[in-house]
Amino acid sequence: MSSKMNTDNLLFPTPEGLYCPIGDFHIDPVRPVQRALITHGHSDHARAGHGAVLASRETLEIMRIRMGEGFCRTEQVAMPGETIDIAGVRVSFHPAGHVLGSCQIRVEHAGTRIVASGDYKRSLDPTCAAFEPVACDVFITEATFGLPVFRHPDPLGEIRKLLASLAQFPDRTHFVGAYALGKAQRVIALLRQAGYDKPVYMHGALVRLCEFYQAEGIDLGELRVAVEEEKADFRGAVVVGPPSAFSGVWMRRFADPLPAFASGWMMVRQRARQRGVELPLVISDHCDWPELTATIRDIMPGEVWVTHGREEALVRWCELQGIAARPLHLVGYEDEGDA
Amino acid sequence: MKAFSTLLDRLVLTPGRNAKLKLLTDYFRTVPDPDRGYALAAIAGTLDVPHVKPKMLRELVLERMDEVLFRYSYDYVGDLAETISLVWDNEQDPPERLSEPSLGSVIESLNGAGRTAVRGLVRDLLNALDPSGRYAFLKLATGAMRVGVSKRLAVQALAALGERDANEIEALWHGLSPPYRSLFDWIEGRADRPELKSPAIFHPVMLANPVEEGDLDDLDPSHYAAEWKWDGIRIQLTRKGSLARIFSRSGEDISASFPDVLDAITFEGTVDGELLVGGTFRSNGAARPFSDLQQRLNRKGVTARTMEEFPAFVRAYDLLFAGNEDMRPAPFLERRQALQHVIGAADPLRFDLSPLVGFNSWDELDRLRSAPPDPVIEGVMLKKLDSAYQAGRMKGPWFKWKRDPHNIDAVLIYAQRGHGKRSSFYSDFTFGVWTEGPEGDQLVPVGKAYFGFTDEELKVLDRFVRNNTVDRFGPVRVLKATKEEGFVVEVAFEGLNRSNRHKSGVAMRFPRISRLRTDKRPADADRLETLKAMLPRAE
Ligand SMILES: [Zn+2]
Repeated sequence: MSSKMNTDNLLFPTPEGLYCPIGDFHIDPVRPVQRALITHGHSDHARAGHGAVLASRETLEIMRIRMGEGFCRTEQVAMPGETIDIAGVRVSFHPAGHVLGSCQIRVEHAGTRIVASGDYKRSLDPTCAAFEPVACDVFITEATFGLPVFRHPDPLGEIRKLLASLAQFPDRTHFVGAYALGKAQRVIALLRQAGYDKPVYMHGALVRLCEFYQAEGIDLGELRVAVEEEKADFRGAVVVGPPSAFSGVWMRRFADPLPAFASGWMMVRQRARQRGVELPLVISDHCDWPELTATIRDIMPGEVWVTHGREEALVRWCELQGIAARPLHLVGYEDEGDA
Repeated sequence: MKAFSTLLDRLVLTPGRNAKLKLLTDYFRTVPDPDRGYALAAIAGTLDVPHVKPKMLRELVLERMDEVLFRYSYDYVGDLAETISLVWDNEQDPPERLSEPSLGSVIESLNGAGRTAVRGLVRDLLNALDPSGRYAFLKLATGAMRVGVSKRLAVQALAALGERDANEIEALWHGLSPPYRSLFDWIEGRADRPELKSPAIFHPVMLANPVEEGDLDDLDPSHYAAEWKWDGIRIQLTRKGSLARIFSRSGEDISASFPDVLDAITFEGTVDGELLVGGTFRSNGAARPFSDLQQRLNRKGVTARTMEEFPAFVRAYDLLFAGNEDMRPAPFLERRQALQHVIGAADPLRFDLSPLVGFNSWDELDRLRSAPPDPVIEGVMLKKLDSAYQAGRMKGPWFKWKRDPHNIDAVLIYAQRGHGKRSSFYSDFTFGVWTEGPEGDQLVPVGKAYFGFTDEELKVLDRFVRNNTVDRFGPVRVLKATKEEGFVVEVAFEGLNRSNRHKSGVAMRFPRISRLRTDKRPADADRLETLKAMLPRAE
């Protein structure tokens, strides 16, 4: 009983986001706050206008790229594994394996440890540091793909589907919708891993982030911007762009485009159909169901708090395993935008 | 199975006709017999495998997973086959990794398995296949394969394999059976034109689409014939030499239940029609209601007395074979003329011809449909004069247009995500009407509906649900529904029964949301008393 009181007092949801009253800071707040700890650079987690921001070096860089200088008043780099004291609360950042720079945040006070994992995944991703299990009393997990239907296949196998389609339809431009931060670079890295060595064309929205990834030493091969003036022959080319470019005017420049989409949601046929996707590529930057349950088993926390996604199923699974769990109702995190 | 499931996954998401053709032709060219022939049959809906019941599939999946987690998964995905294909965890029970089963071996083992062996076979196959293969297999095994490939397109893909004419392939194909080895051999120039099989087998029937809002607007009434839609059961009669058979519309042999009709089949060929109880027009008799026909259904044997009390006859409306001649490619009018000859020479007590209904405009037909001259008529059928007899349900050549259902205005109470195509929308609704409660008027649920609205209307409904949820129970959302705030819909339904199982005391048959009444306040919705007044009088 006393431990539950402790954990609830240490970190709890507010309309701004997860709040630690002792350290007076928020984790991934959705509204401007005095002091924010940011897990990663996706726009639903990292917003502009906070006072002080504490995040990994890469996340701070990504925020600067996306929001410009002055995205906050003061910034502080959290080194992986290093402990920082905030008004007596011990805080440390640990790799989450989600996108470049993504971290879990461990918060400790009076012997109680809570890990807010942000978004994370366990499968291999050459574009970011791998998830590290961190011992804790409470593990806060996302549940974006928290249903047993989500068993994401080997991403290289999915990329081979794209290569097979390029061979079968050599005159069609293969447009791959992929979220600008993380997914797009991972898709390109996977293409390279599968031996695709032609230039990959990218939508303008991807340029700065791809350049940042390359500057961080991640090899994406030859990239070209898919500009209209060029009137280049895009037939048989791979063009990567944000999902929002799918239905826009931008797509019209390509002859007979074949829309593909790289997302964990592509597991469900109806999702692909709704988006007008012809070639679904199940490539996810979030845990699938086996990864979520394996992670909880690995960490064996005293309690699991489940947030953004399919809370009820993961809570049910924890119940069946005899692990205390409850949904944590956080608002403002995207339902499916970046999965 | 891998090549087949990959093809299906691509086909269902590919809208372009040329791209579909390319996918199909590449498949037929690279996949060996008998797999490609079975695939052709599966895509075209001519494959006959013993159906696996959804109940058994549910039991199999619940052997290995928690029921609650399964329910959450099914609610999310909305399609049973797809849900099982995704949640099936074959690591619990690793298959002996010999090799991935081929489509041909899957179909042959399904056909060969006895009733008791099916369960084990299905489990083994689910274990041996990947999710996409499981999905394809389950769609096959439940008879729910829908790929969005017309027969015509499949035939054109076949034609592209060799130098044969698509029409010639189509005519031949109907008389052959899967896996169509002889057809492929002929198309690819390795063998002579195959000989057609006897017509004394079941031939898949042609189905009609319901007339929906706007369907007839662009159609010319002079291009269509109309017939009454009789409330019996659809059957196919066939005779070749001494062998006669009566099949249900799904191909089940029901000859044993109707020896009176069977013995009267003296013509050679295959006739499509409605089985009814009562007397034919040609004997100045009248068809009797469906409840009388029910006395003759689902019986292994039938007594002389039952046959006398409930005499069966056939109201014929189409001719598939006249003797050995395949009539299916012929236009409707030509088939109808040939049918007239066949029926004219047949036993007048057992056979008559479904009469045509004359009309000059859709409005006129609409009036006829709403006030038919016989109580055993449930609407009209529309048949395009120049249409060939094509198995399956194509939109255009045949329509069914039922009598007007009843209507009430009701208030939406609960919503759930839909299934299939609508799995990301709130499209399954429970609605209620007002009744006097202990604390004044309250809404009592009277039915559930999940269709009737257009895609645009669905978006409106879905938005309402998302913005007006006051509570949740699992996947069910409880909606705001007071006298002042809530959503009123017009519900159309086919009939109404008394029910002790429902709190309201009534149960609707086939309810659908026919109109959104955003112009009405919930307080304006109907009352339970109105609904009760529509109940048939107690006997
Ligand atoms: Zn994220």
